[in-house]
Amino acid sequence: MSVSSVAPQIVPKAAPTWRQSTSEPFVRIEQINKQFGEFTAVNNVSLDIYKNELFCLLGGSGSGKSTLLRMLAGFEKPTSGRILIDGVDMSNTPPWERPVNMMFQSYALFPHLSVEANVAFGLKREGLPSGEVKKRVADILDMVQLGHLAKRKPHMLSGGQRQRVALARSLVKRPKLLLLDEPLGALDKKLREETQFELMRLQEELGITFVVVTHDQEEAMTLATRIGVMNNGVIVQTAEPHEVYEYPNNRFVAEFIGNVNLFEGTVVGDERDSASIHCADTENLIHVDHGISCAPNQQVSVAIRPEKFRITREAPASLVNTTQGIVTEVAYMGSQSIYKVRLPSGKEVRITQPNVQRDADDRFTWDDHVYLAWDADSSVVLTS
Amino acid sequence: MMTTTASSDSTRLSVIQRLRQIRLGRWCVILIPMLWLAAFFFIPFLVVFKISLAEAMIAVPPYSPLIEWDPSNAYATLKVTFGNYLFLFESRFYLDAYLSSLRIAAVSTFFTLLIGFPIAYLIARSGPTQRTILLALVILPFWTSFLLRVYAWMALLKKNGLVNEALMAIGLIDQPLQILQTDFAVYLGIVYTYLPFMILPLYTTLEKMDMSLIEAAQDLGAKPWRAFCLVTLPLAKPGIIAGCLLVFIPAVGEFVIPALLGGSDTLMIGRVLWDEFFLNRDWPLASAVAIIMLIVLVGPIMFMRNGNKEAM
Repeated sequence: MSVSSVAPQIVPKAAPTWRQSTSEPFVRIEQINKQFGEFTAVNNVSLDIYKNELFCLLGGSGSGKSTLLRMLAGFEKPTSGRILIDGVDMSNTPPWERPVNMMFQSYALFPHLSVEANVAFGLKREGLPSGEVKKRVADILDMVQLGHLAKRKPHMLSGGQRQRVALARSLVKRPKLLLLDEPLGALDKKLREETQFELMRLQEELGITFVVVTHDQEEAMTLATRIGVMNNGVIVQTAEPHEVYEYPNNRFVAEFIGNVNLFEGTVVGDERDSASIHCADTENLIHVDHGISCAPNQQVSVAIRPEKFRITREAPASLVNTTQGIVTEVAYMGSQSIYKVRLPSGKEVRITQPNVQRDADDRFTWDDHVYLAWDADSSVVLTS
Repeated sequence: MMTTTASSDSTRLSVIQRLRQIRLGRWCVILIPMLWLAAFFFIPFLVVFKISLAEAMIAVPPYSPLIEWDPSNAYATLKVTFGNYLFLFESRFYLDAYLSSLRIAAVSTFFTLLIGFPIAYLIARSGPTQRTILLALVILPFWTSFLLRVYAWMALLKKNGLVNEALMAIGLIDQPLQILQTDFAVYLGIVYTYLPFMILPLYTTLEKMDMSLIEAAQDLGAKPWRAFCLVTLPLAKPGIIAGCLLVFIPAVGEFVIPALLGGSDTLMIGRVLWDEFFLNRDWPLASAVAIIMLIVLVGPIMFMRNGNKEAM
């Protein structure tokens, strides 16, 4: 074979499907509404999810994320709108006929069945020959490293083990779409982190599209290819994790994901590639490196993440994007420190600084007078 | 050092004392019902067993004494006879009565389960306020006398009773049906009377069940009926067993319902027992009937208890 003589080629990784305008969505949610009596749980949501995505629906309780997931599974019927999975309209397809499996928040393991029988449950419903059922159950249990516990009943397992049984049970039927409702919610922090990576590995290996519902923004940031942030039954932003964090499109997203300092101000200058905002809290004007295209004197909020600030004892040279204040609180977190700085207006600003040096003598402390500065491209102007 | 050891010793002592107190309290809690059972179940049982070994005679009490004391010779004779038991086994009548009781109790239990399960399921799945009301409705019949309710059924089922008149009014029948004094009336009476005893244990197990289990079954490809058979039913097993025992056991020995609603040919062991005691005044034979009934019932109880343990 001449293969060995061919130099290994580095194939540039194709752009993800959701960034290509030509891609065909795998799951298509079209103007879905869900009413429970007077209450609107999901309000006119449209969403496309692509093949092999790990899509996170992120939101607080009552935001409608679980209702949306239950509609994908078929447990709730939308009041209006429709859902297509792999091009097929699911409106009149009951849960037991959908090419979808769900991992429940409570895991919903059958307490009267062994681990093995729990996992085999779905395959037996398909009427597969018992030999194949056995083989597939054994394979998937090995995959989640539970082969040695196959004969146990769920109540004899730890929380983490139960979680993996639930995962194995929902994966064993090789669904086109896997729905996970708060999959890591019941695990402790360390186990949760491990499981996050395991989920990502499984998702890549199996090539199944995942939709995960979570209220934990860190979980969503780590797992997701894209995040849909939900609030009051509406998806307020759909974007990749870093976009959701760095370019939130409204105040809710900015405040829900990570920490943020919001400065209220008035637009005083608005050009094509720069804008100035007057803010009563900051000493100087706030400059941003893009136009806002809004009415003059419009009220806006400027969002600046805590880690985007530079904090110094000496006054910076620049006359824009700077202000000063007094350190009122210091929290040493190991990898970083959190400072709260009170501006002359009384507003408190949250700032994080990495602790690069082990023993820095000049670390800021209570009542220090400090100057804050940030770059024109690190703030986000929010009009809603 | 000395003081610390002394104090730790004293605390250890007090802990032991406290433990003793707890155990004493625990014993009291067990002892009182034990004494109750001994006084009102075990001792009477022994008395009945003793009588069953005697012979019937016209006297007060109407049976021969177990121990005969001869004062002149100063010795006692133990007079034991198994004749009553032998008589029970030899006579076709008693065997039929037992079998018929078991059959009537089993059929009634089956129908109680069949009717009680959907009701219990509905109550367990309804909202909190509805649930309280529905449970109160299940218990409500107990507020009137059991006997009164059976008499009410007699009024309903008789020839010119409400049921017959209603059936004739809608033209389903032209002649009044003989409902009263049939086995059907007995089944109806037992199912009606014991329904709450089936519903309540079923409700408690169904209420504890996580609804997402049924959704999970459906999600894995089970149609609703399959999901019910494969998940709901096995998980309700402890409640089903408890309910069936609570209905079956008293139904076997039921006397009032067959006596009032049943016909002369409705053969149940409770009635046989009554007749032997009060009509024939054959206390020893009646006692033997009661002892055998107890033994007959122990079998299914043990069987069902084992089944229950497996389910857990």
